[in-house]
Amino acid sequence: MRKIFTVIALFCALGLAAWTAQAQDKAADKPAAEAPAAATAAPANAPSATPAPTANKGDVAWMLTSTALVILMSIPALALFYGGMVRAKNMLSVLMQVFVTFSLIVVLWCIYGYSIAFTEGNSFFGSFDRLFLSGTFDPIKGDFSPAATFSKGVILPELVYVAFQATFAAITCCLIVGAFAERIRFSAVLIFMVIWFTFSYLPIAHMVWFWPGPDAYTDPKLVDELNAKAGWLWQMGALDFAGGTVVHINAGVAGLVGAYMVGKRIGFGREAMSPHNLPMTMIGASLLWVGWFGFNAGSALEAGNSAALAFINTFLATACAVLSWTFAEWLFKGKPSMLGAASGAVAGLVAITPAAGNVGIPGAFVIGLAAGIVCLWGVNQLKRMLGADDTLDVFGVHAVGGILGALLTGVFCSPALGGPGFVADWVTGKMIGTEYSIASQLVVQAKAVGVTIVWTAVVAWIAYLIANMVVGLRVTEEEEREGLDVNSHGETAYHT
Amino acid sequence: MKLVTAIIKPFKLDEVREALSAIGVTGITVTEVKGFGRQKGHTELYRGAEYVVDFLPKVKIEAAIKTEMLEQVIEAIEKSANTGKIGDGKVFVFDLEQAIRIRTGETGAEAL
Repeated sequence: MRKIFTVIALFCALGLAAWTAQAQDKAADKPAAEAPAAATAAPANAPSATPAPTANKGDVAWMLTSTALVILMSIPALALFYGGMVRAKNMLSVLMQVFVTFSLIVVLWCIYGYSIAFTEGNSFFGSFDRLFLSGTFDPIKGDFSPAATFSKGVILPELVYVAFQATFAAITCCLIVGAFAERIRFSAVLIFMVIWFTFSYLPIAHMVWFWPGPDAYTDPKLVDELNAKAGWLWQMGALDFAGGTVVHINAGVAGLVGAYMVGKRIGFGREAMSPHNLPMTMIGASLLWVGWFGFNAGSALEAGNSAALAFINTFLATACAVLSWTFAEWLFKGKPSMLGAASGAVAGLVAITPAAGNVGIPGAFVIGLAAGIVCLWGVNQLKRMLGADDTLDVFGVHAVGGILGALLTGVFCSPALGGPGFVADWVTGKMIGTEYSIASQLVVQAKAVGVTIVWTAVVAWIAYLIANMVVGLRVTEEEEREGLDVNSHGETAYHT
Repeated sequence: MKLVTAIIKPFKLDEVREALSAIGVTGITVTEVKGFGRQKGHTELYRGAEYVVDFLPKVKIEAAIKTEMLEQVIEAIEKSANTGKIGDGKVFVFDLEQAIRIRTGETGAEAL
């Protein structure tokens, strides 16, 4: 085993050196000519008479802040939220799985992830133009390549976009950890993550979010050609502001498949498996709420009206969901619990994610209130129906909340229901206005949800199979009973 | 000499300690314990999962006393730990063979 690691490490080091050298050459040879697809917005094609737009410092400052906030969501927020819910003997294993998965994905993102997700390729995958982030920065000229936003003439340094999106990829993978916690082998987690990230996260991010950017739409004649370059679900017209499909449904379904494939914990349903530290879960949920402002309001890509709308929606819908979960639990289960309030907050945050900048205040009220109740059903009745041991309810909260949010986005985006609608014509910037059809948008949203569910389920299933063949998914029964902390990591979380 | 062991409700500890000090018991040892008796456990609900908690937290106090104090001690504990509800706990009395104060080497009742 150790030998294999050494060999892999050696190859990685060699590959890295070669690639860096090549990337440097490439950057020096043709700096801005090969603009990133995400930035085809690119001033590169613009007539030389008009000066290239420069990034607004306010936008850059907001996006860097948002990026740091999303990092906070994974570590420590998600790690603590999850960690508090497992038994004390498995605390460190959850923290480690989140911490290392986060770092692993950030590294893969900078090697090939960003390139595959956010450069022009086909409707499902991008290209290898940005391997090792080559071409984002020209060290000779000191040029930073631009990335498009949602407004004409407004750009960001592409590296800001790279970093912001890196945090999304990383937290999505970290979310899955909750489903198979307390019994999976650590090496299996890492193998699964590499495969699933590459073949599910990247293509779905590309399908939903990749497009040529608003500045490219200069002439009505170009529209069809430009649209054809975008991701498949983008072309279809799916609305996903900050990741209902890409992040939550994607991770939630992968988690459920994992819960089936890894199998139930020993003693599931017979022994008490109560959370060992709910204060930590509360701290985690609260930090998630704070970080989510970066996630949702940051997804506006500018510090402007859209960010403001996403911010208040994220604030309001979450508060609504805390109340609806708490009161529903009080009514049906007898007592309003802290775990319920914390879960309600996360359910609300998940559901408002695809809707954040796509709905108005009425949408935030309804989506938030619905999320608390529907996700409470998701972790009770639905969980029993599914019969899987989804340890921390990744499916019941993230997939269920994500599906609810994605569908209701199609409803409450309508200007008739207080939503902003969407840009109907990127050449003129005309909004859809009263022509918005809730029914047809709902169909589009449902298709995007369906595609995501099937895609991630298949990829996850294969990824677990491979991890099982290579190292085995589960630890031994004895190790599981003793706890993963001491057996997988050689440490104990608490000393008395 | 007698060793009195009492299992009581945790929130009654202060009252019991005060009652014992008042009648001249010079020292007790306290341990946090869990157990079950006639008092039923309770159920805890975490999202969808309901767990019955059989073992309830109690406090165990131990006091080594002179035999002549026994009736007083038992009465003090009974009165101070009583809430009238199920789960108030029990008192056990043992004969105590020997006691030694480590610092001075005194033995028997002198060492209590």
